[in-house]
Amino acid sequence: MLKRHLLAGLAALGLAATFATGALAAHDFKVVYIGKNTGNPYFDSINGGFVDACKQIGCQYEFVAPATAEATSQIPIIEAQIQRGVNVIAIAPNSPDAMNQVLDEARAKGILVLAVNGDLVGNESHRDANILPVDFTKTGPNQVELMGSLIGYKGDIAILSATTEAPDQNTWIAAMKKTLAEDPKYKDMKLVATVYGDDQPEKSTTEMEALLSNYPDLVGVIAPTTVGVAAAAQVVQQRGIADKVHVTGLGLPSEMRDFIKDGTVKAFQLWSPYNEGWLAAYFADGVLNGTIKNEVGTKFDVPNLGSITIGDKNVMNTQAELTTFNADNIDQFNF
Amino acid sequence: MTDQTSTPTAVSALDAAPPRPRWQVILIRPETMTFVLLVLAFIVSSSISPYFLDINYILSSFTLYAEFSIVALVLTMVIIAGEIDLSPAANMALSACLFAWTYQATQSMPLAILVGLGAGIAMGAFNAVLVIGMQLPSIIVTIGTLTLYRGLAQIIAGDQSIRLPDYFIGINNDLWLGVPVPVIIFVVVTIALAFFLGATIWGRQIYQIGTNEVAAQHAGIRARRIKFMLFLAMGFASAVAGMMTASRLGSVRYDLGLGGELQMVLMAMLGGTYIFGGRGTILGTFLAAWLLSVISTGMLTAQWLPATQLCVLGLLLIISIVATNLIYSRTQR
Repeated sequence: MLKRHLLAGLAALGLAATFATGALAAHDFKVVYIGKNTGNPYFDSINGGFVDACKQIGCQYEFVAPATAEATSQIPIIEAQIQRGVNVIAIAPNSPDAMNQVLDEARAKGILVLAVNGDLVGNESHRDANILPVDFTKTGPNQVELMGSLIGYKGDIAILSATTEAPDQNTWIAAMKKTLAEDPKYKDMKLVATVYGDDQPEKSTTEMEALLSNYPDLVGVIAPTTVGVAAAAQVVQQRGIADKVHVTGLGLPSEMRDFIKDGTVKAFQLWSPYNEGWLAAYFADGVLNGTIKNEVGTKFDVPNLGSITIGDKNVMNTQAELTTFNADNIDQFNF
Repeated sequence: MTDQTSTPTAVSALDAAPPRPRWQVILIRPETMTFVLLVLAFIVSSSISPYFLDINYILSSFTLYAEFSIVALVLTMVIIAGEIDLSPAANMALSACLFAWTYQATQSMPLAILVGLGAGIAMGAFNAVLVIGMQLPSIIVTIGTLTLYRGLAQIIAGDQSIRLPDYFIGINNDLWLGVPVPVIIFVVVTIALAFFLGATIWGRQIYQIGTNEVAAQHAGIRARRIKFMLFLAMGFASAVAGMMTASRLGSVRYDLGLGGELQMVLMAMLGGTYIFGGRGTILGTFLAAWLLSVISTGMLTAQWLPATQLCVLGLLLIISIVATNLIYSRTQR
């Protein structure tokens, strides 16, 4: 009896094994991700997404990067990858146009070219698709909602930004102001000041201290820049006023870990670079196997990410909303 | 070449040791070492990556180094004459920027090429005036102009790239008898300059200036004029290389060829050119350019870490300098 079960089990295992190898063959493509330069922790995280996704899919993955991030340093690497016969080149481009010719050469050889975490702005025709972390129109509203949840949707708040000309920050700040003005949920939150720390730690610290003295009723500061949010947290930590003034913004988990651990900052946001690698690998698998049509408007499902839509100019976002980091999840992120 | 073959006669005339056997003269030369290293590089590159040994790939990879290699050939003559020029990569960027900018403004390709070449020669002349006219050390002058030319390029182009018309793009993909055009240009320039340096009176005078400039002047050699011409040639070659790079990339930015001066000096040194002047050959630099390309391509294809690649290139340079010094001190002192 036992023997028969065992035999049946073995047969089933054997069947499963044949099935698995059969499935592997179709997904056994070679993908390479070319980073901007070596020794950049942000890319380690994207790399992790590729590695894990390829373990699931069955593809062969490698990461390479030049020593420096100058405009042409990735060209010899792309040439070498074409020669190695990879099926997919994913790249964080160091230049919007210096690689046009060599990327065209790769595409002419049937290689799928994806820009990941950065795009060939103005030269979109030289790559097949683009993967960006997040839809930047959501950044402003997401940040306001996080601030509101920290202060009970009530009180005076201020913004500590980068430079007065920073294009991303200015877009986000405009969206924050619009959200505060138009959504009745935030009617009791009052934006009293917007100051600029120029993305320098010293200037950001000075501006933060000035905010605290000028607005004694301040209950929250949003700093949508990694330098600013770290500087603001530092000031709050030194003065020991974390229960009175809440700091949040866009920060790197590696820089903010200590502030989260000691309670200076309850939560902050950014996107997950890991998911960019994850999405790129699944997208490549789908396109190569014909299950995803690389056309604007196509929708497809990716494990853990849900439904992804290919947007204008073949751009995809890994997440609709920002990722919120707090004491519960901060240890899972290392970039 | 010619100064080497004349040595045995000079020695026998002094009635000293008997002339060295011919095999020794050929074997104990820096270029021989470069050649051996090149063969080794081929063997190693083929063994570390199965994708390397493919003649089309090796030739097309060389197009990435061809522009610097062409300038390195002229630089070899400048170094033999006892000077140095560290501004050619910046010259490439500025002349290419002026070339692209003129094309964009006038839509006239002949005019743009003329402006680009003229700018290159003018930059070479500016170096020459400072080095030869004002008797300033060429290493300091050209470090200065390398910064100046790059800065001017950035003023002209800003942070934007200047596009070039489609028909101008892709010189590296044009083949002639299966060989990419930049490689052919490099070979032709090599043959021309090897003949000039090795078999003409001006070539011999360049060696004499580099060996002892005062003695050369006393012997009636117009050292200043020859050096002036060499700096002009540097400017011209840099401008041509700049436009070839522009054609390969399809657009021009101020950072075109950034850091190229070091690669050019590296090629000359690897080829056995003596940094204090008086010795070196075009053949040596020719072989060294291939050596650099083959090693870099091999390591890239095998996906060695960038740090490892840099270490290998550094070690190679040190080995070649030590060997060059040993060879020169044994054979000619």
